[in-house]
Amino acid sequence: MTFMEFLNMGGYAAYVWSSVGLTVAVLIINVITARRAVSQELARLRGRYTNEANTGASQ
Amino acid sequence: MWTWFHKLSSPPHFYRLSASLIPWFGWLAAALIISSLYGGLVLAPADYQQGDGFRIIYVHVPSAMLSLFIYMFMATAAAIGMIWRMKLAHAVAVACAPIGASITFLALATGSIWGKPMWGTWWAWDARLTSELILLFLYLGYMGLRSAIDDTNRADRASAILALVGVVNVPIVHYSVTWWNSLHQGSTLMKKGGPALPPDMALPLFGMIIGFMCFFGAVALTRVKREVLVREQNSKWVKDMVTSK
Repeated sequence: MTFMEFLNMGGYAAYVWSSVGLTVAVLIINVITARRAVSQELARLRGRYTNEANTGASQ
Repeated sequence: MWTWFHKLSSPPHFYRLSASLIPWFGWLAAALIISSLYGGLVLAPADYQQGDGFRIIYVHVPSAMLSLFIYMFMATAAAIGMIWRMKLAHAVAVACAPIGASITFLALATGSIWGKPMWGTWWAWDARLTSELILLFLYLGYMGLRSAIDDTNRADRASAILALVGVVNVPIVHYSVTWWNSLHQGSTLMKKGGPALPPDMALPLFGMIIGFMCFFGAVALTRVKREVLVREQNSKWVKDMVTSK
């Protein structure tokens, strides 16, 4: 099997590669958004606590 | 057993446990998915009926299975949260919803892409396809309901009820190909008299399914971490942890 044959997927290239590409994209987006949600929340809390410490207020 | 359960339900303990488990699940998922994609796209022979088009199975079946698994996991967590009033369980259920929605979308999209060359249509109002679409709406409805309620405790209860009612759809998706005369083919993995696939086709599929499960473990635990931080933001341990860094 040559590399071109592999890419061609027996004529199904458009279907096979679009579904594989979509899958990889959905998985990666899940990882990125979940990790960003944690770091954004940590940053928000850091801001909140420093702000409270500076003003002396605590809610 | 109960002390273990009690310890697990303590948010600071669960937060630290998640942080140590995430890399294991994550790297295992990456290794399994990459090697199984190689096995499925390169090493496995072409199907005698569908040619190389059958290779979509390696992304479609794992995503379809995971879409149902996540829903059952989410509903179980919501039920535990309702019965034992465990807030951490609600946090787990909340973390599952967006992952479940995206994986259900993936199952529908890859199925549609597979359907075009094999059935000649992107979509049919068939029992399997329609019930899977309802699964997507259940996930989106769960998320929509939560965002419409400001109070976390009320949102937890209302969304848990929605998640539990939606469980009736899960067996419908699963058995739709047996109960109705469906365009969708039957189960490829389990048939009477052993597996329907030869080992070189089946092994990458199993690897992909386990890899998807590990992926879910890693992403769900990451989302639970965020959820615990939001819910526990007024507690001392979160404040100590965040300010000490």
